[in-house]
Amino acid sequence: MRLAPHWRVRAQRLQLRGEVCQCCGERLFPPRDVCPACHQPADKPFAFCGEGTVYSFSTVYEAPKGYERFGPYTIALVRLKEGPLVTAQLTDIDPADVRIGLPVEMVTRVLREEGEDGMVIYGYKFRPVLEREAAREEARA
Amino acid sequence: MRDVSIIGIGQIEVGEHWDVSLRDLGARALLAALADAGIDRPDALYVGNMLSGTLGSQEQLATLIADWSGLRGIEALKVEAACASGAAALRVGVMAVAGGTHDIVAVLGVEKMTDMDGEEATAALMTAADAEYEGIHGTSFISLNALLMRRYMEEMGVPQEAFAGFPINAHANAVNNPNAMFRQALSRDTYTRAPMIADPINLFDSAPICDGAAAVILCPADRAREFSSRPVRIAASAVATDSVALHDRRDPLFLSAVHASASKAYRQAGIGPEEIDLFELHDAFSIIAALSLEACGFAPRGQGTRLAADGEIGPRGRMPICTMGGLKARGHPVGATGIYQVVEATLQLRGLAGANQVPGARWAMTQNIGGVGGTAITHILEGQG
Amino acid sequence: MIMRPSREVGIVGYGAYVPRYRLPAEEVGRIWGGGQAGYPVREKSVPGLDEDTTTMAIEAARNALRRAGIAADELRAVWVGTESKTYAVKPTGTIVAEALGATPHTQAADWEFACKAGTEALQAAIGLVGSEMVRYALIAGVDAAQGRPGDALEFTAGAGGAAYILGPREESLAYCEGSLSYVTDTPDFFRRAHERYPSHGGRFTGEPAYFRHIERAATQLMQELGRKPADYATCVLHQPNSKFPARAGKALGFTAEQLAAGMLVSDIGNCYAGSSLIGLSAALDRARPGDRILLVSFGSGAGSDAFSFVVTEAIEERRNRAPLTWDYVRRRHPIDYGTYVRYRQKLRMH
Repeated sequence: MRLAPHWRVRAQRLQLRGEVCQCCGERLFPPRDVCPACHQPADKPFAFCGEGTVYSFSTVYEAPKGYERFGPYTIALVRLKEGPLVTAQLTDIDPADVRIGLPVEMVTRVLREEGEDGMVIYGYKFRPVLEREAAREEARA
Repeated sequence: MRDVSIIGIGQIEVGEHWDVSLRDLGARALLAALADAGIDRPDALYVGNMLSGTLGSQEQLATLIADWSGLRGIEALKVEAACASGAAALRVGVMAVAGGTHDIVAVLGVEKMTDMDGEEATAALMTAADAEYEGIHGTSFISLNALLMRRYMEEMGVPQEAFAGFPINAHANAVNNPNAMFRQALSRDTYTRAPMIADPINLFDSAPICDGAAAVILCPADRAREFSSRPVRIAASAVATDSVALHDRRDPLFLSAVHASASKAYRQAGIGPEEIDLFELHDAFSIIAALSLEACGFAPRGQGTRLAADGEIGPRGRMPICTMGGLKARGHPVGATGIYQVVEATLQLRGLAGANQVPGARWAMTQNIGGVGGTAITHILEGQG
Repeated sequence: MIMRPSREVGIVGYGAYVPRYRLPAEEVGRIWGGGQAGYPVREKSVPGLDEDTTTMAIEAARNALRRAGIAADELRAVWVGTESKTYAVKPTGTIVAEALGATPHTQAADWEFACKAGTEALQAAIGLVGSEMVRYALIAGVDAAQGRPGDALEFTAGAGGAAYILGPREESLAYCEGSLSYVTDTPDFFRRAHERYPSHGGRFTGEPAYFRHIERAATQLMQELGRKPADYATCVLHQPNSKFPARAGKALGFTAEQLAAGMLVSDIGNCYAGSSLIGLSAALDRARPGDRILLVSFGSGAGSDAFSFVVTEAIEERRNRAPLTWDYVRRRHPIDYGTYVRYRQKLRMH
C-alpha cells in the first residue's frame, strides 16, 4: 500500500499549490527547491487560480494499469493563467469537443483508486469552463 | 584520453521471445559479440536496461548476466536512463576505455518486455516520465508523445499524413534486416487506415513492445586491429539532459537535450551534420523522428516531415535514417535499442549492411533518447576501413 | 421546541453542485418496465466515473467559500452530511477541508442521518457559531445515491448537493430565525453495514415517515415563530420524488408557486442528504432581500429538521460570485442505461 507519496503532495493535488520564486518572480508548478529559471532557492507557496487553456491533448484508448476503469479519457497539457504548463486529465467533456485553446478550469476529481480496499487518490483535473447565466447576462449588458 | 573502437558486435532477432528469459537473451547477444571480437573475457561488462526491476523483479542484472555468460568475477554494472539505457551503458564503456580504466569492455543492451501483460508494460514504460506529475494522471508514454504531435501539427500546420514517410521508410528497411521484428513493407494506404492508439498517434506511429538484446565490444583504438579487420572508431559520445516532464519545458516542440547532445557530438568529431552519411535516430514515435531531425540540424523547424515526404531518408537518399528498420520496424526493446543502433551503424561502416548498405558510408550517427527527450545520447562512429 | 442560539446566526455563503450526466426515467423504464402511471421524476443526475461524494462536496464548498468571501483558514468546522461516504472509516471532511485550504485548525467530520445528514450538520453548525465558539463553520449535504437495479428508487437516486457557511447574522445573506427537529424511531428505509443498496418499506415510507415528520416539524416551527405559510416566499422540502413534496407542501398550506423555486427533483432526482439543501440554494439564487424561506428536511429512520430563514441585502452582491444552482442543472448530458450501469460501477469486473 502506497500512502505517504500521495499524502506528501496533497496541497499540490488538492489546491494546485505551487511556488513563486522570490528572486525572479517565476510562478512554479509543481513546487521545487530550486527555481529552474534563475537557479535561486524557491520556497514561497503560491496558489494557482485554476484557470487555463488547452495547450495540447490526446485521448488515451489503452490505459495503463490502474486507470482501465476510466478509459478512454483525454489528457492534456494545460497552460495556466499564471504561466506554467501542467499535465492533467480533462473531464466532463467528450473527446470530440476538445480543441487547442479551449478555456478550462480546475476541478478536484478521483485520479485513481489503489484497489477496492486501498486509498482513493484525488487531484486536479480540468473541465470546460462552466457556462454561467450571470456571465451571459453580463455579456448582454 | 584514448580513442575508442568497436571491435565486436552481436545481436538477437527482435521479437516476442516467449521461450527465452531476460538473462539468456542478454548472455546470447554478449557471447555473440565476444565471439565476433575473438575475446573470451572482457575486463568489464556494462548493461543497459530499463525495466528488469519493474517487469522482471530482477535487479543486480549485470552481475546475473555476467555469471550466466561464464564471466563470474568481472566488473559488471547496470546503467539506467529509461529508453536511452543502451546508449548510456555505451557511454560508460567509452569513458572506461578512454580514461584508461579498462582495455576491453563489453557493453550490452537487453530488455524483456513481454513477460507482463500490456497494461503492466504500459504502466512500466511510464516510469520514464515524471511519476508524481505526469504518471499519476493516467498518461501513457504514447499519450505524452501524442501531446507533442498534436501541438506540432497545430503550430507547424503539418497534417497527420505527413508523418507517414517515417514508418514507411522504417518498414521498407526492415524487410532486409533478418534481426528486425516487422519484416514487411508498409503502404501509405495501410498507414492512413490504421487505428488510433492515442490520437493523433496511430498504430504505425509507435514502436512495438518487444524483447531483444545487442552487444558491442570496445577497446583502445590503437589496439583495434588486433581484434578486428574492420574496426569502427567512436568519434563522439555525448549526453545531455532536459526536464523529465514535458510540462516543465519552455518550448516543448524543441528537444533541447537532443540539440545539445548532437552539438557536443559534432564538436567532438570535428564534423557537421552535412558530413553524416547515415543517422540511426530514435523513432520511437514518428513525431520524435521529425523533432530529432530538426534538433540535430538536418531540417529547419517545422520541416522535419518534409525529408520523409521527399524520399530523402532511404538508404540511397540524401540523409538515410533508420537504415535497418529503426525503432519502429526493427523493434524497440527499450534498454537494448541504443546498442542495436550502434550494431547496425557498425554493420554499415563495415560495409556489411546488405541490401540496405549506404554507399560509401564513413560517418554514422546514432542517437538514443530517454523519456520524451529528457535524456539524449549521441554517438558518432567512423569506419576505419 | 424551537431552537435558537444565543448569538444570531446566518448563512454567509452557499454553493451547489450537480454532476453533468442525466439518466432519463424512460431509460430505466425501457430496461425494467414501469412508468404506466407516470415516472416519479423526469430524469436524475449521475456522477461521472471520477466523481463521488467527496469531489462533489469539494466543488459545492468552494462555491460557498467564493460567495462568503472569507479565507478558508477562517473556517473552524468542515462537516459533511452524507449517506454515501467514500470511505466507511475516514472522514470526508478532512479531504474537503484540505482541498479548501482550511486545514489544520478546523474541525472535520461526517454526519449521518440518511437524507437529513446535511441539515443535521447545519443545525449543529448554527449552534457552534451561535455559542460564539467559532465565527465560521462550513457544512455540506451531498450524496451519490445508489438505487438497486430494477428497484423503484433507481428512477430517482441522484447525485449532487450544496454547502453552506454559517457565520454571524450581521454578515449573513440569510439569517436563521429558529429551527426545530422532529425525530422518532421509524424504520422506513435503511442500509445495513456492508450492504451496497438500501432497503425500503414501500408505502410505509410515506404517511408514517415522510409526511408525518415533515408536516409536524414545519407546523410546530411556524406555530412557535408565529408564522403562517403566506409569510414565506418559498418553502423547500426534502424531495424523494416529485409527488411527495407537492403533496406535503399543499397539506401545509403552501401554493405551487411557493414550492417552485426550491423544487429540483424532476430535473436531477433525489440527492438524498443534498436534496433539501440544494433546493435551498436554488431558492436563494432567486431570493430577494426580506424574503422568508422555510426549509424542511427529512431523513429516514426518521426525522425532520425545519428552519426559517430571512434573506438580507447581502444576497444581491454575493449571488453571482459563484455559479448558480441552475447553471449546473442546465449543464445536462443525457446517457443511456448502459452508460449509467458503467458509470455507477454496477457491473462486477472481478
